[in-house]
Amino acid sequence: MNTILTENIGIDNYKYNFRDSEENYVYKAKKGLSKEIVEEISVKLKKEPKWMTEFRLKALDIFYSKPMPNWGNTELLNQINFDDIHYYVKSTEKQGRDWNEVPEEIKKTFDRLGIPEAERKFLAGVTAQYESDVVYHSIREDLEKIGVIFTDMDTGLREYEDIVRKYFGTVIPPTDNKFAALNSAVWSGGSFVYVPKGVHVEIPLQAYFRINTENMGQFERTLIIAEPGSYVHYIEGCTAPTYSSDSLHSAVVELIAMEGAKIRYTTIQNWSNNVYNLVTKRAYAYKNATVEWVDGNLGSKLTMKYPAVYLLGEGARGEILSIAMASTNQHQDAGAKIIHAAPNTSSIITSKSISKNNGRSSYRGLIKVLPGATNCKSHVVCDALLLNTNSRSDTYPTMQVEEQKDVIVEHEATVSKVGEEQLFYLMSRGLSESEAKSMIVNGFVEPFTKELPMEYAVELNKLIQLEMEGAVG
Amino acid sequence: MGPNGSGKSTLSNVIMGHPKYKITKGKIFFKGEDITELSPDQRAKKGIFLAFQYPLSIPGVRIFNFLKNMLSSIRGEEIPVSEFKKLLKEKMKLLDIKQSFIKRYLNDGFSGGEKKRNEILQMALFEPKLALLDETDSGLDVTALKTVCEGINKIINNDMSVIIITHYKRMLEYVRPQFVHVIMDGKIVKSGNEELVEKIDSQGYDWLKVSSEEILTTV
Ligand SMILES: Nc1ncnc2c1ncn2[C@@H]1O[C@H](COP(=O)(O)OP(=O)(O)OP(=O)(O)O)[C@@H](O)[C@H]1O
Ligand SMILES: [Mg+2]
Repeated sequence: MNTILTENIGIDNYKYNFRDSEENYVYKAKKGLSKEIVEEISVKLKKEPKWMTEFRLKALDIFYSKPMPNWGNTELLNQINFDDIHYYVKSTEKQGRDWNEVPEEIKKTFDRLGIPEAERKFLAGVTAQYESDVVYHSIREDLEKIGVIFTDMDTGLREYEDIVRKYFGTVIPPTDNKFAALNSAVWSGGSFVYVPKGVHVEIPLQAYFRINTENMGQFERTLIIAEPGSYVHYIEGCTAPTYSSDSLHSAVVELIAMEGAKIRYTTIQNWSNNVYNLVTKRAYAYKNATVEWVDGNLGSKLTMKYPAVYLLGEGARGEILSIAMASTNQHQDAGAKIIHAAPNTSSIITSKSISKNNGRSSYRGLIKVLPGATNCKSHVVCDALLLNTNSRSDTYPTMQVEEQKDVIVEHEATVSKVGEEQLFYLMSRGLSESEAKSMIVNGFVEPFTKELPMEYAVELNKLIQLEMEGAVG
Repeated sequence: MGPNGSGKSTLSNVIMGHPKYKITKGKIFFKGEDITELSPDQRAKKGIFLAFQYPLSIPGVRIFNFLKNMLSSIRGEEIPVSEFKKLLKEKMKLLDIKQSFIKRYLNDGFSGGEKKRNEILQMALFEPKLALLDETDSGLDVTALKTVCEGINKIINNDMSVIIITHYKRMLEYVRPQFVHVIMDGKIVKSGNEELVEKIDSQGYDWLKVSSEEILTTV
């Protein structure tokens, strides 16, 4: 009885289907990956310290020696042609200090992205990654006053080399996986955040990321260090224009929450459906620290992303709240990982996925309780919503519990379909079919959106609406 | 009125345009216009409203947002928040609904009676030309029934028709019908006035069953 759902398969609209003229790029590395390219990026273009150049070159060797993951969507993974990618693109020579200095072309892009007025007032504190480099970056004065560092990773390396050197690559070493190795070799941009002891950053730190050049890889690198008792909320939102050939986005995000610190990291990504989004995100949470990943994945051709929290100190807490929406020809392979490595640690994973048309979403999760991690609690909830009969959803939960004393690990999973009766109910109230679907889907992801700042929640609801309209009804 | 399974909900669903029913014969006219091919939302925009016998729950959708969307769709333009709030407050008062109610998710975890009251709140905002109330009374306690029926009476105006589907006369004591029809096996077998309600209430449907069988045999 799903006729109403299956007959309306149509072309997906893509909201941000525009691109800037490419003449404005200041520097674009030639396609492909080699020792020379890495050296050119590190030594010639970025003038990095020697240890970083060595770090990159070592990572490149690791990248070459590591095989492709033999799990996940191997078919799509093996289609990536690493020689057909620009590993470095620089769009403007100088970093904009204030809004007036930001090039007109880029402002126009922000305009078209529809960044709401409410967010623009935050722009003074925004790191906006445009192409492989940061074009606009400015730190709000009050942040500086309380000793908070919020800058792009390249500047971080230049100006705070000691801190960067101490922590860079310690949470996610290049040896972790092939894409972490690739990122380590060619990284560019991303954010560097340092919050001193006891400091609570009241406003969320926001960064916008955009990919723009055809066949250009974007390899941003983010490192956040929250000293004991501090608090920070970092938000990134991404949209990318549609291109005809494949783009690779492979980021590495490392978070370190010291004793009693709390980090919340919110991401909403909406890649165009030719982008590979292969991201490694991991956090260390020490004694009584809390790390929360709030992760929204829309679009892309293939997303593989499993934010992780290593609960290293007693009483640490990890929470991962994610949504994934897989539409036509998209595969969202997303999930979460929690390692309970200390007693009295707790974790909550809430994963919501939506599959539309032939879209496929998979939940891949790991809960590991190490010996000695007594009195641990972990609760996993996976809810999948299927919009069409040919939509697909799978769950691959793994639990490795190596400590029995007072350990509770729970896993719940539900799969539901948008019902004909629900649609009829809403349509009888004057809502069109796509409006009714949007309402049901937005309701489904409400536990996620309610955790977002207002502007982002509104934006996400709009994106879902656009997705639903994509099925011409 | 009519026995269980006689086709009352089917009739209202068909009038509303439920996709699971296929009309094999006949057409539906509303105010002289053929609406047989219209989708449920198009029919709603013509002024047809169905209060469901079993309202669906939509988790995560707050009643406030739902009602605002509903009204904007019906009116064909976005209703300003302030105006909507005022209107909603008025209608909630009419039906004795608590303020906290509208923050809840649509019918999610609602009791049977709460769902029915929520249907009538929707009707109050909707201001239909034709309202189909499918067993709105079942599930309501005695006091709630009185409140809801009084509310319905205030919503009803000269410009509006109401079809009430019910098994009991108690609702019809509040909302007085001008016509009473009995449906059995998908057909109207008897029409009359309030006296018919009394008869069904005391004697049930068996006496009609005999007569309908007689009709068939005589044909
Ligand atoms: N989707 C369906 N497929 C097959 N039969 C159906 C379907 N929906 C309803 N029916 C049948 O049609 C008949 C009429 O059902 P309907 O729900 O209209 O009854 P009703 O008069 O509203 O009954 P009640 O008083 O119990 O609400 C019943 O026999 C019912 O089982
Ligand atoms: Mg019925």
